[in-house]
Amino acid sequence: MPELPDRLTGYAHVYPREHINTDEIIPARYLNVHEESELAKYAMEDIDADFVRRVLPGDFIIAGENFGCGSSREHAVWALRGAGVKVVIAKSYARIFFRNAINNGFLAIECPEALEVIATGDQVELDLRAGLLRNLGNGREATFVPLSDFARELIEDGGLLPHIQKKAQA
Amino acid sequence: MGMTITEKILAAHSGRDSVRPGEIVNAKLDLIVAHDVTTPPAVAMLKKLGINKVFDPSKILVTPDHFVPNKDIKSAELAKQLREWRIEQGIERYYEIGNHGICHAIAPEQGHVLPGMTIVCGDSHTTTMGALGTFSTGVGSTDLAAALATGELWFKVPESMLFELKGSLPRGVYSKDIILYIISKIGVDGARYQAMEYRGDGLESLSMEARFTITNMAIEAGGKSGIIPVDGIAEDYVKARSSEAYTCYYSDDDAVYTQRMTIDLDQLEPIVALPSLPSNGRFIGEIERVKMDQVYIGSCTNGRIEDLRIAAQIIKGHKVAEGTRAIVVPATTEIWKTAMREGLLEIFADAGCVVSTATCGACLGGFMGVLGAEETCLSTTNRNFVGRMGHPKAKVYLASPATAAATAITGTITDPREFLQ
Ligand code: SF4
Repeated sequence: MPELPDRLTGYAHVYPREHINTDEIIPARYLNVHEESELAKYAMEDIDADFVRRVLPGDFIIAGENFGCGSSREHAVWALRGAGVKVVIAKSYARIFFRNAINNGFLAIECPEALEVIATGDQVELDLRAGLLRNLGNGREATFVPLSDFARELIEDGGLLPHIQKKAQA
Repeated sequence: MGMTITEKILAAHSGRDSVRPGEIVNAKLDLIVAHDVTTPPAVAMLKKLGINKVFDPSKILVTPDHFVPNKDIKSAELAKQLREWRIEQGIERYYEIGNHGICHAIAPEQGHVLPGMTIVCGDSHTTTMGALGTFSTGVGSTDLAAALATGELWFKVPESMLFELKGSLPRGVYSKDIILYIISKIGVDGARYQAMEYRGDGLESLSMEARFTITNMAIEAGGKSGIIPVDGIAEDYVKARSSEAYTCYYSDDDAVYTQRMTIDLDQLEPIVALPSLPSNGRFIGEIERVKMDQVYIGSCTNGRIEDLRIAAQIIKGHKVAEGTRAIVVPATTEIWKTAMREGLLEIFADAGCVVSTATCGACLGGFMGVLGAEETCLSTTNRNFVGRMGHPKAKVYLASPATAAATAITGTITDPREFLQ
């Protein structure tokens, strides 16, 4: 697995709400499948029916507190990733969503002030090393706590399972 | 500095004398519970990596519950994958249709949950089993895959919150009201990443059934786990179901809690959580008597025998109101059979309720009672998020089985005390 890049850029989809739950990210009616490409068609359907038509590969989702609360379905991470989302940036995360994201090698960044500096459609740069989020349109910035060493290691290994395999072979 | 029960269990399972909140430990797992929605993807991940054997089939329990009896072709495929996998792996603890049940209800009921265990399942309500003094938490499919392959998992040791239950519940008020009250006070993220520990003389009047309802909903406050130290009631429950040895852990007097909250049970009243957050709880006297299109009694929260007894006691001799549908779903086959023997199924049927076999069903908007646009449902389940029980425009209210039964009779949200003299 390649190292995580230090910088990522993408366009923002902002949901300035708290408690966006997994039923909204991928409704239970679609849980009878688990293929990422299939789940991707319904990502965010109950909160933003138009999302999958607008999202482009590499885009960011920006949201409020407790993102991903509710069920343990990893389908929520797969649906977002399948739809092209590269990073979620939220004020805070529900525990299982965060864990699932890291375990999948998917970036979930906790940034308390993101909503104050970014609006939907803005181009955003994420500096993972510096812990800095930058709105490339107007230059406004917000800081975040960089990933813990453990989370970075899991993400760089490509997720929990490759990480375990690597350790087993070491 | 002392340790909490949760810290002690995690320390004992990761070969440590002590652990502190925030530390990441690799803990050995005693029980892994697998169901039809999150297990097939975990199995697919393992196959892809060429891992063909689970670490220990005797520590795994498999029960299809979410979409069974199979609701459609895709669900049938999931249940089939689960069935074939358990045969291939030689997992004996398997509950096929006819013996099945909702995972969090059947695992303790059938004696697989022992105090002091570490338990994971690919399901957020795994917190339920903490009522027997276990560290029990929900994980996603990747974690589940890792757990199945290695028998251990990484955990950040959670901080703990202490809830002291005092006194006893008044007539018409139940453990569901306790947990809805707590969540209404601390919010859906009030216990985020934390263990919710319960203590106090209030527990003395709460059966295991009642306690499971409380720990079940830890996740609705964002909790990592809910836990109740073992007492005589828990010991009786376990000993009636298992002869295996176990270890009970207890928090030290000087254990550290981020927050302590005392709940005076005598002061509680029936609570209803309004749409669309479990934290929207209000005392029933403070809310409008909204008309309900459907009433749902069931789920891993409130589909146990005690719940059905309470509901049947209220509904007996009445009819479900015109314009309202009532659905009763025992959480396990065993509960269904007990309800049959006790005549509860007949009471429900005579009142005009539909009684289903055990399933998650409409709790997660799967089948057997899914809601249409603008429909209202008073449900004994644990979540009322947008879209949870069907159409995103449906409105779900959460309450106890007693409140649900009273509401079924009148067709509008009703205080169960009106029917309990
Ligand atoms: S009954 Fe509902 S909450 Fe419980 S495991 Fe099933 S879907 Fe989840």
